[in-house]
Amino acid sequence: MSKIVDPFTLNQWYAVRTENKNGPDRTHRTRLLGVDIICQDDENGQVSIRRLDRTESQDSELPSRKRYGLVWTSLGMPESGIFEMPETEEEGRRHFVWDAVTVKTSGLRAIENFLDLAHFPYVHSGILGEEPLTEVTDYQVERINNEIWVKDCSFHQPKAAAIAEEGIHVNYIYRVPHPFVSILYKTCPLFPEKFDVIALMVLPREEDVCDIYTTASLFDNVNTDVEILHFQQKIFLQDRLILENQVPKLLPLGGRSEVSVRADAASIAYRRWLLDNGLSYGACTG
Amino acid sequence: MKLYDYILSGNCYKIRLFLSFLDINYETVPVDYYPGREHRFPDFLEINPLGQLPVLVDDEVKLRDAQAILIYLASKYDTSGRWYPRNPEAMGKIAMWLSFAGTEIMNSSNARLHDMLAYDLDADKARANAHAAFRILDDHLVEVGFAGQEWIAGTQPSIADVACFPYVALSRDGGIEHDDYPAIQSWLTRIQSLPRFIDMPGIHFMK
Repeated sequence: MSKIVDPFTLNQWYAVRTENKNGPDRTHRTRLLGVDIICQDDENGQVSIRRLDRTESQDSELPSRKRYGLVWTSLGMPESGIFEMPETEEEGRRHFVWDAVTVKTSGLRAIENFLDLAHFPYVHSGILGEEPLTEVTDYQVERINNEIWVKDCSFHQPKAAAIAEEGIHVNYIYRVPHPFVSILYKTCPLFPEKFDVIALMVLPREEDVCDIYTTASLFDNVNTDVEILHFQQKIFLQDRLILENQVPKLLPLGGRSEVSVRADAASIAYRRWLLDNGLSYGACTG
Repeated sequence: MKLYDYILSGNCYKIRLFLSFLDINYETVPVDYYPGREHRFPDFLEINPLGQLPVLVDDEVKLRDAQAILIYLASKYDTSGRWYPRNPEAMGKIAMWLSFAGTEIMNSSNARLHDMLAYDLDADKARANAHAAFRILDDHLVEVGFAGQEWIAGTQPSIADVACFPYVALSRDGGIEHDDYPAIQSWLTRIQSLPRFIDMPGIHFMK
């Protein structure tokens, strides 16, 4: 391990594979917090997970859970189960889990970018935003049960979802239940009183390299699975190069960083919450 | 006209871009290349036994290979004749660079697949080969630039430019920077400034 991992980061559950993906011999190798791990399926689809930096006698077995179409594990001792997303159980939703895209930056940077409404008109022009409608109206940030909630965001979006046929005014709620996970609730174009749910589940391979899994729980009675995949990947990959070019690769916490970043309440709240929980993995000072 | 398409593929984008330059309407058939690997399943292998994208279907004509599709589209639909001029020297030079786009420049695609989608490839070798290809392209652009030629195969943009553009422009996705290639940088900007240019994730409009 390149760096001592702080307890807040260590004791979380992490998505390390999609449920249905598998390599040769029903194994899948990846890395979690700088440690090589291997997932092995048995004939019944049960997944056992081991860390490869320890021998069996040294207790190399890791916990294994399945949730939201993903396989989860932890290198530490999680205080609770994997966070709940009760909204996704609503009838009529279509569920998606999209396999990882690797981004050479801190996973914290990916979450912070996801929370940032201001970049929509520039990076996702014609889809999630459009110049000159660049204003981000005031929104509320709260801490509830040691989670961050960002509420009352609203934005004009030319094509808010694959099913959107015209621009609509979209309401956004963000929830950060985990330092490397953010869940977004946004107005569903099909049923404006309901929210589509899109979540970013980040696997920090190293402090400055992450795999990003995405899940979605949507109302859409028109588009095929592949059409929705293309819509999602288009948006998601518009961010990748920008994320990789951010300097420094680690997320600055504390020190002078908060005055030097753009005054963005959600970003500041996220950084403070990470600091208050003693997080240092994937972050730098100053 | 129907294009079997993947949104993140530079070779599919090549065709989308050229169809936009020509102002031609078409429909897309989105293929789940990643993570679904749909292009390797029997249904798609019937369309292209090589298991590769893009594939273009235009009435009775079905074509694979992005470079072949560019030749077809330019020959059939470009009324200006400038994208694929019918003279021996231009046709020979264009063919040479189309081949370069389909071979040497694809090293950049391999580095990108490795870095972005965890493909099991030798990324360092791919990056070294891509840099060697970019050196050749940059030297060529400098050389023809002395004679006032701004495009790869002539004084007008041709399908050679369209063919070489995507994976040069996308190379930073695979850790290949453009810093050492000033002539390439200017050439990319010229393409991005052409009328009816369209973007894709990783390639932006010029403002």
